[in-house]
Amino acid sequence: MLKRFMLVLSLALGLSGPAFAVEPSEVLEDPAEEARAREISKGLRCLVCRNESIDDSNASLAKDLRLLVRERIEAGDSDEEVLDYVVGRYGEYVLLKPTATGSNLVLYVAGPAMLGLGLLVAFAYIRGRRGREVGSEGLSPEEQARLKEIMGD
Amino acid sequence: MFIELGHFALTLAFAISLVQAIVPLIGAQKGWSGWMAMAEPASIAQFLLTAFSFAALTYAFVTSDFSVSLVVNNSHTLKPMLYKVSGVWGNHEGSMLLWVLILTLFGAMAAWFGGGLPPTLRARVLAVQSSISAAFFAFILFTSNPFTRMQAVPFDGRDLNPLLQDPGLAFHPPFLYLGYVGLSICFSFAVAALIEGRVDAAWGRWVRPWTLAAWICLTIGIALGSWWAYYELGWGGFWFWDPVENASFMPWLIAAALLHSAIVVEKREALKSWTVLLAIVAFGFSLIGAFITRSGIITSVHAFASDPERGMFLLLILGVFMGGALMLFAARASAMEAKGIFGIVSRESALVFNNILLAVSALVVFVGTIWPLVAEMAFARKLSVGAPFFNIAFTPFMVALAIILPVGAMLPWKRARLGRAVTRLVPAMVLALALGALAWAMQTGRSAFGPVGVALGTWLIAGAAVDLWTRAGRAPLAHKLGRIWRLPRADWGKTVAHSGLGITIIGVAGVMAWQIEDIRVAKVGERFDLGSYGITLDSVERVQGPNYISTTATMGIWQGERRTATLYPEKRVYPVAGMPTTEAALDNGFFRDIYLVIGDPQESGGWAVRGYIKPFANWIWMGAIIMALGGGLSLSDRRVRVAAGARKDRGAAPMPAE
Repeated sequence: MLKRFMLVLSLALGLSGPAFAVEPSEVLEDPAEEARAREISKGLRCLVCRNESIDDSNASLAKDLRLLVRERIEAGDSDEEVLDYVVGRYGEYVLLKPTATGSNLVLYVAGPAMLGLGLLVAFAYIRGRRGREVGSEGLSPEEQARLKEIMGD
Repeated sequence: MFIELGHFALTLAFAISLVQAIVPLIGAQKGWSGWMAMAEPASIAQFLLTAFSFAALTYAFVTSDFSVSLVVNNSHTLKPMLYKVSGVWGNHEGSMLLWVLILTLFGAMAAWFGGGLPPTLRARVLAVQSSISAAFFAFILFTSNPFTRMQAVPFDGRDLNPLLQDPGLAFHPPFLYLGYVGLSICFSFAVAALIEGRVDAAWGRWVRPWTLAAWICLTIGIALGSWWAYYELGWGGFWFWDPVENASFMPWLIAAALLHSAIVVEKREALKSWTVLLAIVAFGFSLIGAFITRSGIITSVHAFASDPERGMFLLLILGVFMGGALMLFAARASAMEAKGIFGIVSRESALVFNNILLAVSALVVFVGTIWPLVAEMAFARKLSVGAPFFNIAFTPFMVALAIILPVGAMLPWKRARLGRAVTRLVPAMVLALALGALAWAMQTGRSAFGPVGVALGTWLIAGAAVDLWTRAGRAPLAHKLGRIWRLPRADWGKTVAHSGLGITIIGVAGVMAWQIEDIRVAKVGERFDLGSYGITLDSVERVQGPNYISTTATMGIWQGERRTATLYPEKRVYPVAGMPTTEAALDNGFFRDIYLVIGDPQESGGWAVRGYIKPFANWIWMGAIIMALGGGLSLSDRRVRVAAGARKDRGAAPMPAE
């Protein structure tokens, strides 16, 4: 939430002041292309900031990256090609949504897996509760028979 | 002198906390009432000493005593008084002092209001609470002393971070800490119950108000932080899935789960061991939050102090308390016999489902937060996990929760018929779908997020209303309204809190789906369009503030030829801290905010200007406040107060005077 460290950093490095994230001069002429650029920017990390996308950041490095994304879009790249290009240059660290490959699968599977496990355990537990209820409420057929036996005797 | 006394009081409190952590525990074990009874005055003494210590530091800040290094680093004579005071907790050392102040406050409150508790349980609760405060006193005294003096006293201070000089943020940390630390008392209750070997309905009753109080404070704290980010950071983002935000969000989710499962313990004597586990884990997440914020191990924009020594100490505290409590849990949990029995379709089952969804969503946030660390250490992959991941991984659970909530809230205890609850909810369902469809029809070519959010939010609000309506039973209308009015406050609290969630969901969906943004260079005197509004840049002036220099723009908002509002967005520079900030200007509305930001002058002669229309933005925080209000209503319920025995007016109690 706090952009303060980034601001401090940008000042310390003698970078530009608190300009905007996306500056008017960067905006592409074609609104559709600009919208794509914004969408892609939201998924890319500003490398000198702490946990900020280049779309939100006003660091000059983020600006360079935004311009690069727009350059690639203007050159006719598809969204994936732009991402591949940026990842190729800066590594997967730059992606705010990690790819669901290799060890990262754990990250994506953790939630659904825990949900499944939780549901299973809960279901078993609730069934156990209910089972006991049936047992406590009435007599089983054997018990009925035994009762009859006793009463009959 | 005063400063040294403050330091001394803190040391004294540490000594008392050590004794209090041991003696009552032995007393409870042996049945020595004198040993048990010492916990009560000791808790109060601890609190008073810590309060004195806190007052000493506050005094240093208020009088700008620049012989104290903390004051030098975080204050300045020109700073407005409010921020001199909030500067006390606007830094690592001072915020830790606030943390122990609240920790001892909760201990003292448990002593004051704990008259109705069995003596052994009370002694154990206070002893466990005191062991937590002992750990944090040690942390402060050995790694983060706020009372360190300067070798050479400077003429003036270095000022508080300007971004923190804001009313929204001045009160954000105290609320957040009340929440974080409030969960410590639930933890103490859980551990004491495990030592005692007994969890019953009464235990559920004692724990629930504390959880509720902590959850209310967390809700307010998180809402304040989010609101602050929205208007202060200059583009109206309200949630960034930053590690430190997540650190406050995880305890919130778990506390919400605990709140609901404690109801099952209280009413039905089931889910006991699960509730105890949640109470332990909730405070565990608070500790993890403290660790994340202060160790700097996970990079975050918030991080307070990146000091490995402090990080190690906090990790040790986390390890000892979680490890100890969980081992105790493993040893004792099986002894807790559940009594209540219930069918698959019942209120109990619905609450179990609620707990699963909340716990799993907290887990998703947790895994996402620590994943960069795990990936780097275990797999040597340097990667980031940010908002795009959380948005897709977290949202489905909240959607599922929102869908089942109104149905679950309508189900009776023990055994229910699903059809009956659903039939009653048909009007709510129809209304939700109709509004969702309307939203869908009004938007063109945008994501489905908006209509889905509107439908879900309406479903929650209307569902809560239906719940209240049916609760009053069959009666003539006038009679029925009277009955609804006289329903227990807990019922009202539930309705209000659940509709608050609905309002927040609508707000989040509205802002995310329908925001309009405009970035441009505007010349003075020029008019441009923002959505259906016209915006003019009238003038830009330099203004001198108390401790900053501002570039203030005057901008008009027009509807057709009528000028409806004038806004003054600013760009400030705080010369002492050497830091600029943007002060966005907002025209708040019920259905939309207009959000204007002034940027740098351009070479071509104009000014960079950003404008936004943020539909339903205020609903996000309004919903959060309503949720907290619902919690407050529930807390003020007669049954809670009666159940609490000698405890009185707890609703007002958790707020400290600071």
